[in-house]
Amino acid sequence: MLLGTLVYGLINSVVLALMAMGFNLTFGISGVANFAYGAMYIFSAYACWILANIFHFPFWIAIMASILFTTLLGSLMYRFVLLRVRGQVLSEVIATFGIGLAILELFRHLGFIGFEYTLPVFIDHSFMIADTYVDMQRILIVVAGALLVAGLWVFTHHTALGLAFRGIAQDERTALTLGIDSDWIGMLSVAFGCGLAAVAAVVIIPLGSISPGEGYEVLIKALAVCIIGGLGSTGGVIVASVIVGFAERFTDTYIGSHWTMIVSLAAILIVLAVKPSGLFGKQKELDERI
Amino acid sequence: MLYLSAPRLVPVLGFLLLPIFLNAYWQKVFLSVAVFGLLAISWDILAQSGMISLGQALFFGVGAYAAGTLNHYFGWHPLVTLPLASIFGGLICTGVLLPVLRLRGVYFSMVTLIIPLMLVRIVEATKVFGGTEGLSGIDALPSHWLEIYLVALVLLGALFGFRRMMDSDYGLVLKGIADNDRSVINAGINIYWFKAQALFISSSIGAFSGAFMTHVYMFVGMPVFALDYSILPIAAAVVGGPGTLAGAVLGACILVPLSEILRGIGGLRIVLYGLFLVVFIVGLPEGIFHFIQRKYHQFERWVEVD
Repeated sequence: MLLGTLVYGLINSVVLALMAMGFNLTFGISGVANFAYGAMYIFSAYACWILANIFHFPFWIAIMASILFTTLLGSLMYRFVLLRVRGQVLSEVIATFGIGLAILELFRHLGFIGFEYTLPVFIDHSFMIADTYVDMQRILIVVAGALLVAGLWVFTHHTALGLAFRGIAQDERTALTLGIDSDWIGMLSVAFGCGLAAVAAVVIIPLGSISPGEGYEVLIKALAVCIIGGLGSTGGVIVASVIVGFAERFTDTYIGSHWTMIVSLAAILIVLAVKPSGLFGKQKELDERI
Repeated sequence: MLYLSAPRLVPVLGFLLLPIFLNAYWQKVFLSVAVFGLLAISWDILAQSGMISLGQALFFGVGAYAAGTLNHYFGWHPLVTLPLASIFGGLICTGVLLPVLRLRGVYFSMVTLIIPLMLVRIVEATKVFGGTEGLSGIDALPSHWLEIYLVALVLLGALFGFRRMMDSDYGLVLKGIADNDRSVINAGINIYWFKAQALFISSSIGAFSGAFMTHVYMFVGMPVFALDYSILPIAAAVVGGPGTLAGAVLGACILVPLSEILRGIGGLRIVLYGLFLVVFIVGLPEGIFHFIQRKYHQFERWVEVD
């Protein structure tokens, strides 16, 4: 029982980290709070479903194409909407929220609701780990999460583009004097964030089904994890998703599944009351906390 | 004289005389125009003080549940529950959001977006206040006309009263917090205290509209935390023109009847609101009211040519 809870807690933590990673990346680099994030997650899942089930592409092509489409959609969103309101937090938030709302409600209107809207698992197989059944997909999620975090770390520390990302995040004007185009990097950051949402969607969705409501859910979870960990801090996201992930599983097992939502809400309120910039939100403390 | 009074008389006469000429169905629409107008005013007061809320549904829902429980469990008269729900709803919302006031920027928006959506789950899970079924059988207001004129008068009072407040020194401090909070701190003003007051004012207005709707529908349940009550007020304020309160009411007067006319297209309405938000934020960020106001001021310079 305890070991099983621990295993599922770990998986849940990785799921949360995967969901929050893209939002965190975009916010950490360009300061854009992408409220269309949940919509991007759902968009890629539906795109993948449509490509695989209506156009009958092979599954792996559908996955690649849907990740690509979502990235493209993110960059278009930046180029045609966000670029014009860049730097005005109010307008950015409302514009991305409006776009997300339009995408999600459009899918709801088109009637994409039901259990048949789901993606197949990659490998249908399950294991016994510590007296609990764990299916292959959940293992793959953990692997994908670990690879993604490691990949992002290498990307931001050892490639020119990744270093440019961090440069913009640290000081936009100084980065401009060194020849880094902040609009271009901003677009890439939004696009990469959306791409990560798509990656998260194709690995996580096979566990459940696709529905527009899931989009809001993902946005809420991503926001909760980012707020607890401290916005824009990758380490914070990982720690926060471990805390929330294990706490949710333990309340689920020992108290009751009704209470899982209260755990994140309580965590947010406690963290905000004790340390308003989040657990690891140190580097931007002066900006966000007056 | 007319030049100055006409813009003020139009909304006053409109809100007071229009209900007489409407049939029962459009009177209901009138009620929701007024309620969304109040929510948009409450959003705009917060936005002018530098706090962008994405969850007016929190204020609306807390007010609705406050009025519902007072009436359902204690059997108090609607005219007693309405002011009590406004004040206590305001206090509860301010208390919940108090930790966030120490942060600025996008944090406030995120937390306000999350809380109403989570509260729905909590009500669903813990089955407090009737759980998923909600509380029904709540008393209606004594008379149909009282309903209409109560909300119309509150709306007009809020519109003109808070416009006046935002133009006073007190409002100047609030606007200063939005523009540059650090220089307001430099002036020796405790901005957290002022922000908490603005939050209380705004959430009380929101809670009043929620409590009022509870007594109109004679029901309170989980739908009061629905996304509609967060989105429509923002859309109204953005379309009408943020920063004036009048724009917010104008936006509600345009969007709510429009959505009634478009009722046939169902879920596509919310898609349209989303697109409205994007188009107005990018294309006409000042909003309709500022545009009309500028044009109206140009009349003054018209001269007659012989």
